[in-house]
Amino acid sequence: MVGYMIWVFALLQTILFVAAAPLLSGLVKWLKCRLQNRRGSSILQPYRSLKKLFKKETIVANNASFIFHFTPYLIFTITILISATIPLIIANSPFTYIADIIVLIGLFALARFFLALSGLDIGTAFGGMGSSREMMLSSLAEPALLLAFFTLAMNAESTNLSTIIQHFITTKHLLFSPSLIFTALGFVIIAVAETGRIPIDNPDTHLELTMIHEAMILEYSGHHLALIEWASQIKFMIYCVLFVDLFFPFGLATSLTLNVIGISCLALLAKLFFLSFTLSIAEINLAKIRLFRAPYLLSFAFLLCLLGVLNHIILEVR
Amino acid sequence: MLLLTQITVLITIFAGIIALLLQHWHRLAKFFSFALLGLSSCLTIFIGSKTLITQQNITWQIVTAFPGLNWQFTLDPLAAFFLAIVGLIVLAITFYGPAYLRGYEKKRSITNMLLCTALFVAAMYLVLLASNVFSFLFAWELMSLSSYFLVIYLHENSVNRKAAFVYLLMAHASGLFILASFGILAKFSTNLDFISIHLAHLPTLWAHCAFILALIGFGMKAGIIPLHVWLPRAHPVAPSHISALMSGVMLKIAIYGLLRFVFSLLGTLYWQWGVTILIIGTVSALLGVLYALMQHDLKKLLAYHSIENIGIIFIGIGLAIIFMSTNHPVLAALGLVAALYHCLNHALFKSLLFLGAGVIQHQIHEQDLEKMGGLIHKMPHTALFFLIGCISISALPPFNGFVSEWLTYQTTLQAPMLSSGILRTLLPISAALLALTSALAATCFVKAYGAIFLGRPKTRQVRHAKDPTFSMVAAMGFLSLMCLVFGIFPVFTINLINSIPQQLLGTGLITTKNWLWLMPLTGNTTTYAPLLLCFGVLTIGGVVFWLVSCRPSNYAKKIKDAGYIPWGCGFGKIGATTQYTASAFAMPIRRVFKGVWAVTETLTKDNGNFEYNLITEDWSWRYFYEKLEKYLTFIARKIAYIQGGNVRIYLAYMFFTLLLLLWLVI
Amino acid sequence: MFSFLPTYDQLEIIISALLLLTAFIFLTQNRISNLITTFTWQSILLTIATTLQAYGNVNKELYISAAITFIFKVLFIPYFLRVFVKKLDIRHKVSNIKHPFLLLMGAVVIVLFCYHLVAANKIALNMNSNITVVAMAIVLLGMLLLITHHKAISHVIGFMSMENGIFFAALVATNGMPMAVELGIAFDVLVAVVLFGVFFFHIRSSIDTLNVDRLNILNERVKE
Repeated sequence: MVGYMIWVFALLQTILFVAAAPLLSGLVKWLKCRLQNRRGSSILQPYRSLKKLFKKETIVANNASFIFHFTPYLIFTITILISATIPLIIANSPFTYIADIIVLIGLFALARFFLALSGLDIGTAFGGMGSSREMMLSSLAEPALLLAFFTLAMNAESTNLSTIIQHFITTKHLLFSPSLIFTALGFVIIAVAETGRIPIDNPDTHLELTMIHEAMILEYSGHHLALIEWASQIKFMIYCVLFVDLFFPFGLATSLTLNVIGISCLALLAKLFFLSFTLSIAEINLAKIRLFRAPYLLSFAFLLCLLGVLNHIILEVR
Repeated sequence: MLLLTQITVLITIFAGIIALLLQHWHRLAKFFSFALLGLSSCLTIFIGSKTLITQQNITWQIVTAFPGLNWQFTLDPLAAFFLAIVGLIVLAITFYGPAYLRGYEKKRSITNMLLCTALFVAAMYLVLLASNVFSFLFAWELMSLSSYFLVIYLHENSVNRKAAFVYLLMAHASGLFILASFGILAKFSTNLDFISIHLAHLPTLWAHCAFILALIGFGMKAGIIPLHVWLPRAHPVAPSHISALMSGVMLKIAIYGLLRFVFSLLGTLYWQWGVTILIIGTVSALLGVLYALMQHDLKKLLAYHSIENIGIIFIGIGLAIIFMSTNHPVLAALGLVAALYHCLNHALFKSLLFLGAGVIQHQIHEQDLEKMGGLIHKMPHTALFFLIGCISISALPPFNGFVSEWLTYQTTLQAPMLSSGILRTLLPISAALLALTSALAATCFVKAYGAIFLGRPKTRQVRHAKDPTFSMVAAMGFLSLMCLVFGIFPVFTINLINSIPQQLLGTGLITTKNWLWLMPLTGNTTTYAPLLLCFGVLTIGGVVFWLVSCRPSNYAKKIKDAGYIPWGCGFGKIGATTQYTASAFAMPIRRVFKGVWAVTETLTKDNGNFEYNLITEDWSWRYFYEKLEKYLTFIARKIAYIQGGNVRIYLAYMFFTLLLLLWLVI
Repeated sequence: MFSFLPTYDQLEIIISALLLLTAFIFLTQNRISNLITTFTWQSILLTIATTLQAYGNVNKELYISAAITFIFKVLFIPYFLRVFVKKLDIRHKVSNIKHPFLLLMGAVVIVLFCYHLVAANKIALNMNSNITVVAMAIVLLGMLLLITHHKAISHVIGFMSMENGIFFAALVATNGMPMAVELGIAFDVLVAVVLFGVFFFHIRSSIDTLNVDRLNILNERVKE
């Protein structure tokens, strides 16, 4: 019953994704601390803080509307849905047929729309500031992201994530093709912008002047905050896994035998560890840039992705 | 079917006549007029869908005494689709109109409004059905004139009169350009009806001329940049249900005209036309949304968004022409389907948003975004439906705006099929700019929704707002439901639309019986299943909600709702003026895209009070239209010397003309 | 398709793409030291390309060519320029471009134009014809650098970039230039850089700035 097995695997993969997301964030934080010569909290700390937040009482301002109450659930749900469509261990997940990469962009946009609305809901200056900055930066990141996805889709002739990854697995040399190199560089910059890491936004502080994501969710507390924090950790993991899957897909399981899946798990762990290590080193050495210099960085990402498309058309296709 | 169509048009005209007849009994006039309009709209929806399903093609003629001035009408799938769109929107207006007009009844007479509304709708039906040059132009003029009288309904204000004048001017200019392009076509064809024009063969240069004239004419009516200046002036001053009709439907009639002209009347397509339309579409979309971001008048914001969406439709049409002229008819069908789907979607969500704006204006008599706030607590139903409109226009799944954008992206993704390298690069760049446009549109609607409904009230008038009557809310609810339905069941809609590319291009998309998965091109494993997506969201959302909130355990407490005030940095209760205003929200975008607007920003201080003024306008009015106006006035003054005023000079003109004619004839 | 080419060809294509990237980076740079660093990277990539070509086509002369490129363009000229920058004490921003994004889009249009030119007159070489596009684009982008920036030092870099582009075009299209031509051009470039240096001192001492827009003082218009 291969049909049933693959659905079960896809479901298990999703649950694993959701459960492992805080672990990745904890790993990055721990690595950063260690690289800065501090002891740092344990890797499991995000789980403890989520547990604490679920237990705490939830306080809601007196002028909150249904959007405020409804947004954390919506964001969490959408993020889980997106993570279901990303091949984590199996390359051929059936959930990818529901939503292709353009729908992925649309779903992220939907989550961001509601988060920005909930930032404006209470009517404080912080929420408005966070929403305004977040929408500006994500508007500038979206064309670059679409061009990056287009280059990949033009290479694989489909926008379905499974098809793209399987195409890259079977044609091995493509790692070195210049369009993919440029697209990978552009994708890294976009991922940094979308997940709110240094140099766009500092994920460790809660200062109003430096924050974008934190300002929008300032009014949330208790289980609402837990859901939103978890959703942003899942989003970070989604971008990491996307990068690893699209540009370094060797090792992903293309069939359902046990040792192939085992190799895939080990490869995934190794790749994510390397990525976290690189990210930590980058975060320590770079500083957060001024808000109005971020558009220049994002336009450089757009340029890189555009060069990726140009290279694909000029140099690679007869 | 033939009889039904004729009856529908007659009922619509009768709706206007009955308003005239029952002039003195307002309530009855309103009731009967709108009831007849509603009946005709239901019939139109029925006729439209039936023709699309059965793909029939009916023509009939009304012969008049003048030769060459017969009336000829044809009902084919293209016309039927747009008829159905008109019908849907008019149906919603039928519910909305009576309660909305109650606010005007006391101060002025609504007979004029009812008559002109009926004539406007009837004229739109006639334009769609017309199939010879005379009927088309007659109906087009009727449409422009009746909408002028509707725009100038609130004529006391001089701003309204000026705006209506600009509208009339540009509507007539567009009519002239269309007339000129039809003139070129008529030169090469035996007869003036569309079928013989289609069979005529045009030399290349004349075809290009006809195309350019038609593009300018229909484009001026549709609102592409830089011919768009009447849109943001005319839409805010008209009553809201008229703005909904104009923005939702009349712009689509212009698109219909362009489609009919290019695909049906001009036989062969050239890729240069496709590239022109694609570039115009991309520029209009991007500039439209950037101009919209800086507006703080709600209806002007919505008008600029109409420009943006027309740009998106033009992108789809341009792609269809490019693929058709390079011999990829199936891909051209995909582009055409994307453009037509977006026509339908835009009509639905734009009307919804304008109706919502009308409700807001009705309740608090205010259009400025900076003076609203917190309305979600006073009018929750309106807020919900307006939210659905905002989500749809920002192209977010699972609503309908996303489906047409997805189809457009899929079409541009077929760029590697083209052989020219330049085109292969142009299409992805156009797609990237489309992504930028939709992201900026989402920003704009977060700003608009946040400034109107969320936060705390910025002025006192907001306190008196409440949800409007049931019929107005029902109209908005109907449109929201349509937005959701067309978002979740795209395959069903595409199967309906598919008969149009079949008619115009000779081939349609390969339709599948599978109603769950949207798979536009076979052999390509791209799929999208919005119903499953929706289902997934609801299931997972339900599970999460149950796990987190409903289950009584240590991990979830009930929300303490005991009147906590928002966080004010420890200063305690802060006023409503510290929240982000709409202009503040859009400021980062203004800094990033600095050169796009002509910005005048002044900060004056007097006696410790600061006054900050921010005026953003688009460049085209100042640098294109005012210069054009100066030039034309200059020429007109020079020509005015002919009019000497002296009787003897006029007699001299007549004398010399007589001499000239005698010499020429003899 | 890319993946079916031999490794050697794939590497050539990658290096040409990276060269194009450096040409774009020239246009976006604000600081002078970054310009010189990017120029160094461009020359390093050029050396690697020459060595690859030498290895692939077993052409001994190209090894010497690569060595000359390395010594002059990677070691000597950047060192010279840096010493220069220190002596002239230039610390300001290189240029004040109002809309860098529009400049980048203009550069993309130029690349597309080169592609259209080459594709329309397809010369019979099958792989290299598309790399010729990149070479031509580098030359034209160097010229764009000369036009849009107003500090004299960026003019030097633009000129160097054009020369790199011509060298790369010669490498790709005809497997390198004859040795005599090569040596001649190398010494010409060296002399040019030295002369540039001398001239800069003179310009600076006479009009007190290195902003070439100030040379407008020398125009013929009658001043009111």
